[in-house]
Amino acid sequence: MSFPSNSFSRVWWNSLVQSRLLQRISNNSDGVCNGPGPYSFLRPLGAQRWDSGTQSRNFVTQKQNPIQKHLVHEALQSSGKSVHCGWRHCGIRTEAEKGVAEYSSQELASEDDGENQFLEFPGGKVQFTSEMSFISESSNTRVPCYRILDNYGHQIATDGIYEVNKELALKMYDSMVTLQVMDIIFYEAQRQGRISFYLTSIGEEAINISSAAALSIDDVIFPQYREPGVLLWRGFTLQEFANQCFGNAADYGKGRQMPIHYGSNALNYFTISSPIATQIPQAVGAAYSLKMDKKQACAVTYFGDGGSSEGDCHAALNFAAVLEAPVIFICRNNGWAISTPSSEQFRSDGIVVRGHAYGIRSIRVDGNDALAMYSAVRMARQIAINECKPVLIEALTYRVGHHSTSDDSTKYRRIDEIEHWKIKHDPVSRFRKWLNRNNWWNEKDELELRNEIRNKILQAIQVAERMEKPGIENLFSDVYDKVPLNLQEQEKDLREMVARHKEDYPSDVPL
Amino acid sequence: MASSALVQGFGGFSGLVSPFSSSSPQKRLIIGLSNLQSEQKKSFISVRSDASVSHFSNSVNRASKLVTNAVAVKGESAASPVSSKSGHELLLFEALHEGLDEEMERDPRVCVIGEDVGHYGGSYKVTKGMATKYGDLRVLDTPIAENSFTGMAIGAAMTGLRPIIEGMNMGFLLLAYNQISNNCGMLHYTSGGQFTIPAVIRGPGGVGRQLGAEHSQRLESYFQSVPGLQMVACSTPYNAKGLMKAAIRSENPVILFEHVLLYNLKEKIPDEEYICCLEEAEMVRPGADVTILTYSRMRYHVMQAAKTLVNKGYDPEIIDIRSLKPFDLYTIGNSIKKTHKVLIVEECMRTGGIGASLRAAIIENFWDYLDAPIMCLSSQDVPTPYAGTLEEWTVVQPPQIVTAVEQICQ
Repeated sequence: MSFPSNSFSRVWWNSLVQSRLLQRISNNSDGVCNGPGPYSFLRPLGAQRWDSGTQSRNFVTQKQNPIQKHLVHEALQSSGKSVHCGWRHCGIRTEAEKGVAEYSSQELASEDDGENQFLEFPGGKVQFTSEMSFISESSNTRVPCYRILDNYGHQIATDGIYEVNKELALKMYDSMVTLQVMDIIFYEAQRQGRISFYLTSIGEEAINISSAAALSIDDVIFPQYREPGVLLWRGFTLQEFANQCFGNAADYGKGRQMPIHYGSNALNYFTISSPIATQIPQAVGAAYSLKMDKKQACAVTYFGDGGSSEGDCHAALNFAAVLEAPVIFICRNNGWAISTPSSEQFRSDGIVVRGHAYGIRSIRVDGNDALAMYSAVRMARQIAINECKPVLIEALTYRVGHHSTSDDSTKYRRIDEIEHWKIKHDPVSRFRKWLNRNNWWNEKDELELRNEIRNKILQAIQVAERMEKPGIENLFSDVYDKVPLNLQEQEKDLREMVARHKEDYPSDVPL
Repeated sequence: MASSALVQGFGGFSGLVSPFSSSSPQKRLIIGLSNLQSEQKKSFISVRSDASVSHFSNSVNRASKLVTNAVAVKGESAASPVSSKSGHELLLFEALHEGLDEEMERDPRVCVIGEDVGHYGGSYKVTKGMATKYGDLRVLDTPIAENSFTGMAIGAAMTGLRPIIEGMNMGFLLLAYNQISNNCGMLHYTSGGQFTIPAVIRGPGGVGRQLGAEHSQRLESYFQSVPGLQMVACSTPYNAKGLMKAAIRSENPVILFEHVLLYNLKEKIPDEEYICCLEEAEMVRPGADVTILTYSRMRYHVMQAAKTLVNKGYDPEIIDIRSLKPFDLYTIGNSIKKTHKVLIVEECMRTGGIGASLRAAIIENFWDYLDAPIMCLSSQDVPTPYAGTLEEWTVVQPPQIVTAVEQICQ
């Protein structure tokens, strides 16, 4: 390696040589340089050469490269001198790229001693140690789980929680029961062949409703698919749910998606897209947009333990931390990803420990505790909006139902396990017990509510079933903003085909 | 009704060319013509797409002819788009930069997301200086996760921003294929029109100088099937700037294909604001003997071959198709009706490339006008080798084009 030319760089260079950093640079290993990486050879022909820190040749450069500047800043900051540093992530923002060549080597010679004890590295000082120890892959104790209501509906904590008054509690309970009944009836409808597909959220009602109740209507939701409760809370009617499941002309999606792929821009609930975890980076993007507009709102995204394995999830968490985006990641760790138990999904202590790894504040919550979920999400929202930082919430729960109507979970898990969670940890009954204790709810109300909802849903299903399907023009519209020529041609061809062979095409689709 | 128009005149005048209307090639809408004063001496050209002219003034701008004369009159040479002295010369990447800069200034919702686009200025310097001008939030450096930052841009687009996603090399966008195909192209449709994704995905692709197989991908062949996307390829500084601006203003997701070797092309472009129509092809050289359809870098190989061909007495008509999805079958069709012979010159692989689709589209629509089978010159179905000589042999060269024209014109 050749020696840097200016005097300051030489001092810094010395300390670099003494540290293992040099080894890493010469080995071209990753993670050293935040600047241009392996693709620096893709330079525009004739453009100025930009020496990157990972090139182990030449530190003689007129322009200070980003990594060098940043390291220099760290060094100077600790020496208490005022700094000119153009590196944008530093706290000190001054005129760009003044460089530090003006500082004489004398002033900084004393720094040399300090650098024997610790390493000046991007992100802060790193203490050296002579003891070789590997950080254990797991800790002795798992991250504790935050809860306010115990299994029997007793409120065991009052400090540091957001109070839920009677009105809110009853609204939450109403929604939870509606979600539960809706799930049961739509599932039955699929079994009867009236809809093609359905996916229940049984066992996760508290996550759905409590989180929705803790957010405002301006917060944008990027769901996976097991969060219809959030939409329900925001005002999506039972009829609208039924319309989407039946794919009729009143469906906002115009019959283009499978059942349960709800979407409503009016309610800030982004249309569900089947591929797993694609919504997670999209939520970060939405948060970025909200941050640019300086809105008092955050983006919220939901995913399961299975979805947390996707590459998108990891990158999105990383992005959110780097961007400082106001996004709340809610992971519904329900123990199963179709037939894959979480022990085969990851070996970490759930998802909550990953937050620390990415630099995100995180919490583990009892997902079946409606009050704990409500408090945690409210607090997370405050953090996200006021501090403009992402938050990760892992909600521990259980997927009581099958993955979907295409699945029979008794084939890969024990029935007694399902029964255990269904009866002992049911979030709806737990919340009801708390309401009963407060004398806000009784058996009579329960019966009335369930009957009323059941009738409403059956009615909605009947109406949705009878409604006509979307017309054939909806096959070709909305692919682009205006229907282009080639699609117009294809529509014409299709209409001609249908007219010629009427008996071979469904008769209930309006032309 | 009036058709596409390019308005040019005094500085600060916003001239707009309308996007291709959905109704029919004959009808195109004019969007927002402002400050039009008829008594002032400048060119205002309103030309129907069948090339009849409504009214025009004395000083005709070459740029307007380029846009409107899809079928040009013989004898006109495809010179630079600016015949008058008012214009400035710049390189293609600077033209992209200019277009991007103008759009970012015009609309505060426009932002750029990509690797090393911020203070590094982009790997090809297209976003040079923008981070300092617009801030780190609008010109966003991302960690290396293409699928995720594409997803991020889609989420941002659905929430109201107009992001431009830069792939450092188009090949890296293969990692973003899931988001592009399943979400970018689809969400407008599956949400029933509730959410739009006005994103632009751009980056350099194509075979460069010994970049290796992974960095020489022609992604237009992989993306052409995805419904919901529009694809355009720029080839000159003029159309680079125009297409960039049009893509940003479009409500649909647009993929803008640039070529690694074309970034240093120099050309004079108009000072005034202009955009190019996203769905239109460009008549590079009008002719009568054979129609040569090409795009991006191959345009220059074809132009080089054209010199030889002209010397040999041939009169090729060269069209830069520019719009890869959808094809401008109107321009192409008119040309075929004139020459009856087609040669497609592309950089894609033989199997499943743009040429293959174009061939199918031409056969379907213009079979009766063809006197000879459509010839298609493309790269072989091999990964691009690193060795310089081998690499040259995978790309269609001018002598090949000359031979092909001679063959087809027999």
